[in-house]
Amino acid sequence: MEKKWFTISVYSENNVGLLNRISGIFLKRHINIESLNVSKSEINNVSKFTIVTYITEDWARRIVGQIEKQIEVIKAFYHTDEETIYQESALFKIASHLLFDERQIQNIIKESNSQIVTVSRDFFVLAKSGKRSEIDEMYQQLQPYGIMQFVRSGRIAVSKAEMQISALLQEFHSLKQ
Amino acid sequence: METLKEKKTETKKQATVRISGAEAIIHCLLAEGVDLIYGYPGGAIMPVYDELYKYQDKLTHILSRHEQGAAYAAQGYARVTGKVGVAIATSGPGATNLVTGIADAQIDSTPLVCLTGQVARHLLGSDAFQETDIIGISTPVTKWNYQITKASEIPEIMAKAFYIARSGRPGPVLVDITKNAQIEELDFIYDRCTAVRSYKPVPKTDSRNLEIAAELINSAKKPYVIFGQGVILGEAEKQLKALIEKAGIPAAWTILGLSALDTDHPLNVGMVGMHGNYGPNVLTNECDLLIAIGMRFDDRVTGNLDTYAKQAKIIHFEIDPAEVNKNVKVDLAVLGDAKASLEALLPLIKENKHESWHNEFKEKYKIEFDTVIKAELYPTKEQLTMPEVINEINRVTMGSAVIVTDVGQHQMVTCRYAKFNRSKSNITSGGLGTMGFALPAAIGAKMGAMGREVVAIIGDGGFQMNIQELGTIFQNKTPVKIVVLNNGHLGMVRQWQELFFESRYAATVMVNPDFVKICEGYHIKSRRVKERQDLKAAVQEMMSSKDAYFLEVVVEKEDNVFPMIPSGASVSDIRLK
Repeated sequence: MEKKWFTISVYSENNVGLLNRISGIFLKRHINIESLNVSKSEINNVSKFTIVTYITEDWARRIVGQIEKQIEVIKAFYHTDEETIYQESALFKIASHLLFDERQIQNIIKESNSQIVTVSRDFFVLAKSGKRSEIDEMYQQLQPYGIMQFVRSGRIAVSKAEMQISALLQEFHSLKQ
Repeated sequence: METLKEKKTETKKQATVRISGAEAIIHCLLAEGVDLIYGYPGGAIMPVYDELYKYQDKLTHILSRHEQGAAYAAQGYARVTGKVGVAIATSGPGATNLVTGIADAQIDSTPLVCLTGQVARHLLGSDAFQETDIIGISTPVTKWNYQITKASEIPEIMAKAFYIARSGRPGPVLVDITKNAQIEELDFIYDRCTAVRSYKPVPKTDSRNLEIAAELINSAKKPYVIFGQGVILGEAEKQLKALIEKAGIPAAWTILGLSALDTDHPLNVGMVGMHGNYGPNVLTNECDLLIAIGMRFDDRVTGNLDTYAKQAKIIHFEIDPAEVNKNVKVDLAVLGDAKASLEALLPLIKENKHESWHNEFKEKYKIEFDTVIKAELYPTKEQLTMPEVINEINRVTMGSAVIVTDVGQHQMVTCRYAKFNRSKSNITSGGLGTMGFALPAAIGAKMGAMGREVVAIIGDGGFQMNIQELGTIFQNKTPVKIVVLNNGHLGMVRQWQELFFESRYAATVMVNPDFVKICEGYHIKSRRVKERQDLKAAVQEMMSSKDAYFLEVVVEKEDNVFPMIPSGASVSDIRLK
């Protein structure tokens, strides 16, 4: 089976140690995590992990099964890139004088649809959200002028299909009574 | 209406008591019906031990000689009773010594609650004396774990721990309790846990799938059941028996499924897997319908997956959705509890006999008998064989004993030959293959089944891996029967070296001490047998002893266990010699 990019989304309780438990599932199978993001979700007190990994669909299914098995995980999904809307964010820190010395920099900022977050005497910071390829392209364009610092976030994604976590929680809740 | 409502809340209101965290832990254990725990004290768990001293009339603590022994004893107790086993240890090395037992319980789905002491909250992360990150260490091998750092968390977490350990597919839970949480006081009130948001222990069974399963079973010409421990854990033994009897289906078992169906049942065709019986393995690739019940297609069962039951439709009755299509792609998965599923399935099943199909198993058995079994049970050579020892024990126990095995050749031989007529009677380390398991597990098994004979069968290697537990047997006067089948080798590894490494016996020859003298040092009645003519009397003497008894049987040094599916080979290519 052919390897692909999969986005694994995990809805879980917000407890100490769960990140270790989930990353351990990848570790045990010698599978690399390309990016990982943990944040709050659309539901109060429910966390959402967004994990990107390059594996076969068979493995994606098995890993999601193992993740879902964890006591504090409410539900886990895997999606291909086509099934999600996804973005990453990046910050570029660049020397301020370049803004005036290099006309091309202004064009890059305009064309890349990035924002200037802050400008100080020594440096300015550009923020860019988008697909990995767009961020990579911007990086390539800026690199010749010198990038003082660069950082890119993990992928965040929402699925095109409904996830129905609220309904699931309702079901769990009704089990309790 | 109003008054009714008020009454309801009134009865729900319980008075709280102000007690220490350590005492609360004892109260939790008692509320969960625990009356026996295994453990080893140390600095970070001392407040709990102090309470154990005060509550010793209600809660018995068995002091093992090593925390690993405590973990295996708790497992033995859990496996024989179906209840949650409890092991307790201090922080640091005490906690890490439990880990192999926890890993064993995880892979063999044994309900276990392990309690570990931890350094005080303010010392966490300071590399304090006997501090270790047991939560981090135990995460991959626990069903759930939690670190309690405040006394007020104790009741809820303990209730959750027991609920998670025993529900659904059971497993080990570790609760780490910082020392300050043991000393602090709390307003104690205990509610047993009945549900955890985000945790669904038993998946819903789709009744349509049951109908499809019934259709497949009813129309099959060569249906074949392979059952595992799910039948025992789900207490579905009667339902399994009813199904195979009604539909006339030959049934084989995995090593952990052994004892769920009487060994002498006419439809019990034996063991599957690497050292299983000939027919059950070969005919896996000839059945037209494979019905897997509460088993997980372990690689030791399936051999090469590319050639495993490809001709058959496969139905998988399973409680854990993550097991479905994990190793073997199945045609139909019936999720849910084995007992409920089989009960609902039974009325849909048509009576059948499948005599000619069953005869195929009989023919294959005859081949195995002629080439393997006959020479093992009725040897013409001078040295004793492992199977004849098991056969002798069978003669006395008549299948009624609890048999505990360690890991290796003696384990495979015992599972092949021991007779059982009662469920929850075969206690062995299946998935993890943990040497050193049997002696402590037998202690727990005996304490969980005091009215029954418990016979531990162990190799000379595994016996020495937790030999210190003879001290526990001596101190508690635990009347277990211990049989060491001594071949002076790490026999299974030696067998592989002989077959696959041109007899280069790297580190498999054991120079052993005088086991009888060691047992005598612990004041355990002991005997050594080397000659065939003494075996019967020795087994008789052991089995009629009211106290613990140690029997060493010196067996042939270089016997091999057959049949055997070489690692990575197909079940069809099982070797008889």
